[in-house]
Amino acid sequence: MATETTEFSVPDSAAKAAAGSQEFETEKLELSMGPSHPSTHGVLRLNLELDGEIIKKCDPVLGYLHRGDEKIAENMTYNQFVPYTDRLDYLAPLANNVAYAIAVERLADIEIPERCQAIRVLISELARISAHLLGLGAFAMDVGAMTVFLYTFTEREKLYTLFEELTGARFTTSYTRIGGVARDMPEGWTGRVLQFIEEFLPVVDEVDGLLTRNRIWVDRTEDIGVISREDAIAYGLTGPNLRGSGVEMDLRKDLPYSGYEQYDFDIPVGTKGDCYDRYLVRIEEMRQSARIARQVIDKMPSGSFYAEDAKKIFLPPKEKVLTSMEELIQNFMLVTEGPQMPSGEVYFEAENPKGALGFYVVSKGGGVPYRLKIRAPSFCNLSILPKVCIGAMVADTASILGSLDFVMGECDR
Amino acid sequence: MNELLIKITFALIVVVVLMTLCAYSVLAERKVSSWIQGRVGPNRTTLPLIGSIPVIGPMLTRLGIFQPAADGLKFLFKEDVIPGHVNKFYYVLAPIISLVPALTTVTVVPFGHFIDTATGDAIPLVLADINVGILFLFAVSSLGVYSIVLAGWAANSKYPFLGGIRASAQMISYELAMGLSVLPVFMWVNKPGMEGTLSLYDVVLAQEGLWFAMWMPVSALIFLVSIFAETNRLPFDMAEAETELVGGFHTEYSSFKFGLFFVGEYAHMVIGGAVMTLLFLGGWHPLPFLPWEITGIWGAVVSVLTFLGKSLFFMFLFIWVRWTLPRFRYDQVMRLGWQFMLPLSIANLIAYAIIIYFLDT
Repeated sequence: MATETTEFSVPDSAAKAAAGSQEFETEKLELSMGPSHPSTHGVLRLNLELDGEIIKKCDPVLGYLHRGDEKIAENMTYNQFVPYTDRLDYLAPLANNVAYAIAVERLADIEIPERCQAIRVLISELARISAHLLGLGAFAMDVGAMTVFLYTFTEREKLYTLFEELTGARFTTSYTRIGGVARDMPEGWTGRVLQFIEEFLPVVDEVDGLLTRNRIWVDRTEDIGVISREDAIAYGLTGPNLRGSGVEMDLRKDLPYSGYEQYDFDIPVGTKGDCYDRYLVRIEEMRQSARIARQVIDKMPSGSFYAEDAKKIFLPPKEKVLTSMEELIQNFMLVTEGPQMPSGEVYFEAENPKGALGFYVVSKGGGVPYRLKIRAPSFCNLSILPKVCIGAMVADTASILGSLDFVMGECDR
Repeated sequence: MNELLIKITFALIVVVVLMTLCAYSVLAERKVSSWIQGRVGPNRTTLPLIGSIPVIGPMLTRLGIFQPAADGLKFLFKEDVIPGHVNKFYYVLAPIISLVPALTTVTVVPFGHFIDTATGDAIPLVLADINVGILFLFAVSSLGVYSIVLAGWAANSKYPFLGGIRASAQMISYELAMGLSVLPVFMWVNKPGMEGTLSLYDVVLAQEGLWFAMWMPVSALIFLVSIFAETNRLPFDMAEAETELVGGFHTEYSSFKFGLFFVGEYAHMVIGGAVMTLLFLGGWHPLPFLPWEITGIWGAVVSVLTFLGKSLFFMFLFIWVRWTLPRFRYDQVMRLGWQFMLPLSIANLIAYAIIIYFLDT
């Protein structure tokens, strides 16, 4: 058997050097960033290919938090799936609850009373504030400004106390029901929300003062991770990330649900689409959310917190179940067979803190969805990562990931 | 023999004081950061006997006075992991190198002076009053970079490796600006007709009137920024960069080896603050243009306390800045160092050379 030999001769290497193609080709460093890394919040993993500190290739690896939520949904009644929606974007469970409830209500064609809608708008906006507070704090912490994180976290803590009072849980709230909300607001709760808004707006101003004109912060975020208007649309970005790139799209304005059309608010829009713009958009969105919350509380309508005609879906009040025959049977049927839905399909998107959260529900009648598809905003927002990261430095991944503000809970579902 | 014994005792006291300062700097860092962030900070650690003294015990506990001991013990009792993939010799050597230069430089740092009431002779309170003080200090403290570089490379792992590269580039770059920024000070101290000296004691003596920070503000500023870079403190903590490089050069270290890096960093900060005080803030002079009247042992005590107070102010400044500012990016740090700090320090040097020439002639 003949052995193959390769001959290396001086003219060869000289020719190669003359061609200049391989002369300074250096070895690439493969760096696995995550799934357990301080700035890939949650369990995102980035396989980076580095040339020095410059990223040549970025390959996101998802799925470390996959739980099969969509399949789980097919095996339980519509009402039972509400707690699972908490665990999608676990930083804004209230907003997820609302989005899911509205999707199923559209399927069942239920009219929701005004008070319930107002409560839903209020909690969605509070959830937005809570999510942006954390997103902003984590963004700042990744870039090194640790103190901002604690300032925003303190405010978020106050919000959680409010949530606890309203829903009984701080984190996984499961507050909405299909056809209403779990219970009415406690007495004096709106007053405490107003008081929170009074206390929280100065903190936003303080964070604004600490970062917005800070030379280091601007250096670290301006012209970093630029997403052009066209790219943002092409990659299906939504929420603050899309608006940061200058696209004025907000489902609360474009396709109002839950009575958003009654409230007066602005949509902040960026110009360049860099990390700095996304940061500014989030800061302003918190102020606008506070503005909406104040309006909601001002004109909070009276009435029922659940739809009276949703008898086949909404659990009857407990005291009636214990005293009245008809309600007892209704309760029994709802718990065992689930709420009876007409067959059909519906798709609904709500403007969540991270972007457009969509639920596509296919029903073949009965109490269990035939298929439930979730469009997670974080998943779509992360899809642009391989494009944005190229040419950036390792330190920029912290800024970019922070500014994209994703949650792995809904990304992996 | 007797003199040697005194020297050794003296040296031990200085080292003990420095280490205590480091330990309490960690406490200060934790307390000050909590005040900045609206938290309470460490307030639970207590000692069985002292903690139960009626009024003082709980007060000390709430101030966190016993916390440094607990922190230190924690480092000692943790499992000391040496990963299989490291280069053992350099891996163990690196944390030692991080502390040794810091403890060595303290020998030439004068921390007060004693004026003999009878004769009026001034004796500097310093372990070794050598006439090349600042040169020795720079030479030894710049060895500190080896600890980070070695730690980064010996760990044989990617994040520490990146941290090591960043640290070596950054610390070497800022040493240039740092060295050039103190030259005007020594040009002024070494007036024509004076015996040439690089002693830190003589620098302090030259500041009985105007402090150097007042009429060489640019030098002082460059020096201060360089100390931040040299001690790897935020906004220049490229080598650690917790949220990017996990822990940077010390990612693979645990237990007391990590503790040594930790103490080394604080020791460098204490010394950085001390040198800044000596060179630019008048050393142990309480106020500019205030002639030194107190002699004898009380004079020595006052001078040491004044000096410590000023140095601790810089510790506070380090902590304050760390918890306020975000972190630079690696290339921005380098750009700042080479394109701004270095030209500025050269221009500053030339300007003062001309000024001093005209003042002296």
